[in-house]
Amino acid sequence: MAIPLFLILVGYAAGVLLPLCFPARPRIQNLIAHGLAAVATMGGIYLGMVGLLAPDPLAMSVSSTLPLLTFAVRLDALSSFFLLMISLVGLAASIYAVGYVTEWYGRISIGLLGSLYNAFLLSMTLVVLADNGFFFLIAWELMSLFSYFLVVTEHEKSDVRYAGLFYLIMTHIGTAFIILTFLLLFQGSGSFSFDAFRDPGHPLPDNMRTMAFVLALIGFGTKAGIVPLHVWLPYAHPAAPSHISALMSGVMIKTAIYALLRVYFDFFGGHFPWWWGFVVLLIGAVSALLGVMYALMEHDLKSLLAYHSVENIGIILLGIGAGMIFHSYDLDELAALGLIAGLYHTINHAVFKALLFFGAGSLLYATHTRNMEEYGGLLRRMPWTGGCFLIGAVSIAALPPTNGFVSEWLVFQSLFLSYQMPSLLMKFMLPLAAAMLALTGVLALTCFAKAFGISFLALPRSSHARHAEEVPWPMRVGMGVLSAVCIALGLAPMLVIPFLDHVSTSLIGRSIADKMLALDGWALAPVNVEFSSLSSPVLGFLLVATVALGLALVVCYGGTSPRRYSKTWACGLNLTSRMEYSATGFVQPIKRVFSTIYQPTVKLETEFLEESRYFAKRRRFEFHIEPLFQTYFYDPLIAFVSGLADRMRIVQAGSLHLYLAYIFVTLVVLLMVAL
Amino acid sequence: MIKDQSIPQAIALTLAQAIVLLAVSPAIVGLIKKVKARFQCRQGAGILQPYADLKKLFRKQPVVSTTTSWIFTATPYIVFASTVTAGLLVPIFVSQMPLNFAGNIIAFVYLLALGTFFLILAGLDAGSPFGGMGSSREAIVASLTEPAMIMAIFAIALTAGSTNLSTIVHRTALLEGIVTDPSPHLMALAAVFIVALAETGRVPVDNPATHLELTMIHEAMVLEYSGRYLALLEWASAIKLLVFLTLIANVFAPWGIATSFTPMALSIGLAVYLVKVAGLGLLIGTIECMFAKLRLFRITDLLGVAFILALLGLLFFYILRS
Repeated sequence: MAIPLFLILVGYAAGVLLPLCFPARPRIQNLIAHGLAAVATMGGIYLGMVGLLAPDPLAMSVSSTLPLLTFAVRLDALSSFFLLMISLVGLAASIYAVGYVTEWYGRISIGLLGSLYNAFLLSMTLVVLADNGFFFLIAWELMSLFSYFLVVTEHEKSDVRYAGLFYLIMTHIGTAFIILTFLLLFQGSGSFSFDAFRDPGHPLPDNMRTMAFVLALIGFGTKAGIVPLHVWLPYAHPAAPSHISALMSGVMIKTAIYALLRVYFDFFGGHFPWWWGFVVLLIGAVSALLGVMYALMEHDLKSLLAYHSVENIGIILLGIGAGMIFHSYDLDELAALGLIAGLYHTINHAVFKALLFFGAGSLLYATHTRNMEEYGGLLRRMPWTGGCFLIGAVSIAALPPTNGFVSEWLVFQSLFLSYQMPSLLMKFMLPLAAAMLALTGVLALTCFAKAFGISFLALPRSSHARHAEEVPWPMRVGMGVLSAVCIALGLAPMLVIPFLDHVSTSLIGRSIADKMLALDGWALAPVNVEFSSLSSPVLGFLLVATVALGLALVVCYGGTSPRRYSKTWACGLNLTSRMEYSATGFVQPIKRVFSTIYQPTVKLETEFLEESRYFAKRRRFEFHIEPLFQTYFYDPLIAFVSGLADRMRIVQAGSLHLYLAYIFVTLVVLLMVAL
Repeated sequence: MIKDQSIPQAIALTLAQAIVLLAVSPAIVGLIKKVKARFQCRQGAGILQPYADLKKLFRKQPVVSTTTSWIFTATPYIVFASTVTAGLLVPIFVSQMPLNFAGNIIAFVYLLALGTFFLILAGLDAGSPFGGMGSSREAIVASLTEPAMIMAIFAIALTAGSTNLSTIVHRTALLEGIVTDPSPHLMALAAVFIVALAETGRVPVDNPATHLELTMIHEAMVLEYSGRYLALLEWASAIKLLVFLTLIANVFAPWGIATSFTPMALSIGLAVYLVKVAGLGLLIGTIECMFAKLRLFRITDLLGVAFILALLGLLFFYILRS
């Protein structure tokens, strides 16, 4: 482990330093930064595979001069899985970035961007490898800071600066909770090493453990983007350069999933009451549903994708939450199933979300706008981007036989198998969560039908879209790689399950791979093959075969005459893009049906002609939806905090004497308390 | 699972299923149209008219809009393929299907969703406002039906201890694990029936006989299609209708279906199956004449009722069990 890890670290470190050595040579900076990142990520993929196949965890450490801090790294199955995921998406992002950053040549420093990019990848790698609480916090903080710097790449725009500030504040609130969690764990262990967390000298009492559970959920949940802590995602992810958005949305928020698994299953050894799992499940269900609902109303393509990250984190938490509930009832096989479902969705989401962000980045590169209402007809102008985006869209909409479908199917099964639980409440609540997941699934389908249909089909809606051109080849390769991975993960679950099983075995201690792979691996079964089974390769084959059947029937019934092309009938007028359905119009029925959640306000102002009220001179239509959490939670909170700060201001007179007096009074009070 | 079947037998059975689906589906559409005609005191076209329509459509030269992309021409094939594949997961006249292992009820629902997804895209592709309108409406109807569908079948699945359709049907046909109180089944049946009406675009959710922009959903999405593409889509929607009728007939009343592979059982199974789906076709035809189409935003109430019924079925099941 030592040598590949050393090479990876050297690769990233060189990627951080070398690009800065070639000032004002953007081409060279670009190639060096992303080339080194690509090499380092390949090392990460190798090391991740080694770690997943190794029977025992690999560990090493370097002590430091600071007390409590050792640079300890440990590569167990869980770390390896996340390292593999980070490196895989990182590799594709590095290829993609070679083309993407060319747009900024001469406008911003490519060297700095590339250097920060490597630093960001390095910090994420260290987060999942760290084996010491202190070291973990340092890596976590670096990850947050580097991603913040990357978010504000285009800092000359005020909305980017606002997004960056928002992100910085939210992530630090999260970090504060994480520090509290670790301090609580430290109380029991007396050391920051993860080994001591696992096996503390004085195990924490139950109420402290509960406190640690809640603190960790809030702290890591802020990074993961669970509702109601998700508010920063739709600001920060769109503001960042697209390959960074892909990494943040696809990979960085998953480090929080890693940390939650680490704390709940590893540190607490999986000993927790049923309601912990239920809370996680509930948050998952609410995040999934609200995430997709807000995504539907979003017409900025990258914000839409950011909201879908909230949704998919919710789906992952549904799997993990179900696993936790099963585990607390000692149904370990089902617990393993829930975890495997959650982990499978974790890697799937990383791949297709990065792919979709690459697609959105390509559209931004080609049209210089993120507003979907200005796209249209791009499939003809950008066939590669369009094809890859379609694969990503079908995957995220969980349609067979892609990867999103397989993992969502597994989540469904683990929720359905709740009928084996002893508690009637759980028996009923888990299928209800499945119903919410079903609704989420179809709404995601609607949302991506909108995203793809409005962006890529019909007539161009603006001159940007009319003059768009296909993106350079590195960007196409980056998207192509991830498209291929999407399809492979969907068609070959039998190759993926054993790896995931290795991870869940390391957390729960029960291997179910042989039970999940029925019929020599051709069918996937959730523990019990009688209850349900799925064979995505056979479904894929059947789909291809029936398409062939359709073609054969067409030929057989004489449908071979050449097509005639003609304009779309538009009731006698010439069809223009203004007649097309817009994204806003497309989701109007949904907005109306779910108006309780959206609380839409519509403003229609009409100026009539003076002669007659039947003819309008000008119409102005405005609509917006109420972001519930912002209006009813964050705005009052912010108002309260700044109000409090205002009132506190009277103690700040700016006089040195006064401050000295404060110190004196504090000392006296402390002395009195001490005596 | 494939247990007592050899590979050639499995392939033969799968092909037989596909042939039944392809061959019978236009007749059901014809039957429903005939029933409606008789209710309206008309003679109506013969039951076999849809076959002639399809044959003619296949030969006609298709006209394709210059606005469209490859999505438009690929969609009929994808919709056809996803519908037939979904149909192959539902037992038709044999309860033990060879493809049982390939997917359960979730796979069935999501395969149909694959077709819906591409139909929505195709509706947008021509750029005509009618297509977009149909797509937008189809999206909301699909969003509300699927949760109800999954919940309803799950309530049934619990009785049989499986979510694989073939296993459910086989166990129910052999009266394994049947509850004494049929109320969960009846509630689920009502829910699935409403879902079937919505998914296949029948009255009171959609009206397949109209081309009026105020009301149409499915017809609006396929408005730009002609020739062989329209033939495939029409055929696919007939198959979808038949698949839903099959699902209702076999999951809720599987009696008569062949539970073994003897020639006698198979022929009885086929005959009973045809009688059952014809009966359901008559019912749908009658409903189309008795009820008016609902306003678009009233559909949500109907589908909400379906969802609540399915949930109640589930709750009743647990209460009756415990």
